[in-house]
Amino acid sequence: MRSFKWLAPAIYIVFLLLPIYWLLNMSFKTTNEILGAFSLWPQDFTLANYRKIFTDSTWYGGYLNSLAYVAVNTVISVAAALPAAYAFSRYHFLGDKHLFFWLLTNRMAPPAVFALPFFQLYSALHLFDTHIAVALAHCLFNIPLAVWILEGFMSGVPKELDETAYVDGYSFPRFFVKIFIPTITAGIGVTAFFCFMFSWVELLLAKNLTSVAAKPIAATMTRTASTAGYELGLLAAAGVLTIVPGAFVIYFVRHYIAKGFSLGRV
Amino acid sequence: MIGKTTNQRAWLLVAPVVALVAFNALIPMMTVVNYSFQETFGDNVFFFEGFKWYQQVLTSERFHASFGRQLVFTGVILAIEIPLGVAIALAMPRSGPWASVCLVLMALPLLIPWNVVGAMWNIFALPDIGLLGRAVNGMGIAYNFTQDPVSAWVTTVAMDVWHWTSLVVLLAYAGLCAIPDAYYQAAKIDGAGAWAVFRHIELPKMKRVLTIAILLRFMDSFMIYTEPFVLTGGGPGNTTTFLSIDLVKAALGQFDLGPAAAMSLIYFLIVLLVCYVFFTVVMRDEEK
Repeated sequence: MRSFKWLAPAIYIVFLLLPIYWLLNMSFKTTNEILGAFSLWPQDFTLANYRKIFTDSTWYGGYLNSLAYVAVNTVISVAAALPAAYAFSRYHFLGDKHLFFWLLTNRMAPPAVFALPFFQLYSALHLFDTHIAVALAHCLFNIPLAVWILEGFMSGVPKELDETAYVDGYSFPRFFVKIFIPTITAGIGVTAFFCFMFSWVELLLAKNLTSVAAKPIAATMTRTASTAGYELGLLAAAGVLTIVPGAFVIYFVRHYIAKGFSLGRV
Repeated sequence: MIGKTTNQRAWLLVAPVVALVAFNALIPMMTVVNYSFQETFGDNVFFFEGFKWYQQVLTSERFHASFGRQLVFTGVILAIEIPLGVAIALAMPRSGPWASVCLVLMALPLLIPWNVVGAMWNIFALPDIGLLGRAVNGMGIAYNFTQDPVSAWVTTVAMDVWHWTSLVVLLAYAGLCAIPDAYYQAAKIDGAGAWAVFRHIELPKMKRVLTIAILLRFMDSFMIYTEPFVLTGGGPGNTTTFLSIDLVKAALGQFDLGPAAAMSLIYFLIVLLVCYVFFTVVMRDEEK
């Protein structure tokens, strides 16, 4: 009996792609066409929406802002989480379990709870409307996640590796950078992917901590929706462009997603 | 599991993480705690109110209603996403080019900003210009998520399934890939059927990743805000006003700092309690 197992993932992927196709379809239409006639593909194909985004600095600036704070956040989260995850995976220390759970609780805190106090905190530090403010704020949920994922990967690495290195006369920092980090690149890739992902998609805090200079693209979209009427074509084009960096990152770590997850007993 | 040695200097390795998270968590949390016990009439003048706001929130119809909606929503999406995600992961090819294609395409929704997800589903489901809205209405089913509560709920759930099932798939898939081929061969020799293989090999091996999947989906769906806010604005009426939407309405919309802060803390404590129970049960299981 020939198996029809492939059908389930295939149908699921079609379901995933339909709304994305619809967004893409709309991004090549003029707003008039969107509101005027219903069609499965653009009748009056236009690139005007994309042209506007790439020439207007309030639009493309939004992308640069988002990418800037996401990149900073990913670097900070992974860099801070690496030694911590190593500590959790290799050592017992006073309060380790409670500390681990406390870290995780911050992944559970609803961002809505923090919207107002974050605004006050970062204003008081004169960091309001800077990229670093958003990058730091996103550490709240990304660092616990990074520690959690990395700890899983590190626990999968046999302890003999550490012991042999120490016997060979490696100091801890040298062992960590020269031997340990290269053995868990897959884990770091997966972790960076998750940090990028959760920082890129978050809007509530990012929007709250910025006004002009560091405004994320997603917030630019909501503003345009309310002030410039309802420019659907432009919105759709901006939406499509927010998918591009994500797609690029997935492509970049695709081998890590496939192999990395299983390597690290996540 | 590898044996761990006791080493108090490990605290030095954890210090940067503790500092960064504490800065972001403790200071804002104290602000919220402060507000939750005080009344303000502006101008930074505060009066101590004790547990007044907590009582008010816990007895208010509005909180009960949005809490109830939240519970139903989280229950529904867990009941759909977890089995669906596992089923798709089981049906996926384990290796080869198609595995990569599946993984890349399935990860796509996870990397779309949440308000874009909301906006996308909005224009996808609108009855006049959306593909879904047109198609469903074309089949003779009255469907308009901006006016009809049932449609709004179905659309919100469909959106969340669309958005997050892939996370369950990715995690379950990772768990499945970690099962050595020898297990399957042994099962084959024993003449085990597909169900027995799933029940006795695949499911136990996926336990850890499924725990993570359930925890993540519980936490994230419990604090869902942006997607339904953009899709339905919490409406029609209040029918899709979940806890976070209600909270932001109270805190930033009406600027009721005291009640909003009390609500924040109650909300946070509920999430914390559920996760703690879950966490301890799982940990106890693992140590066995």
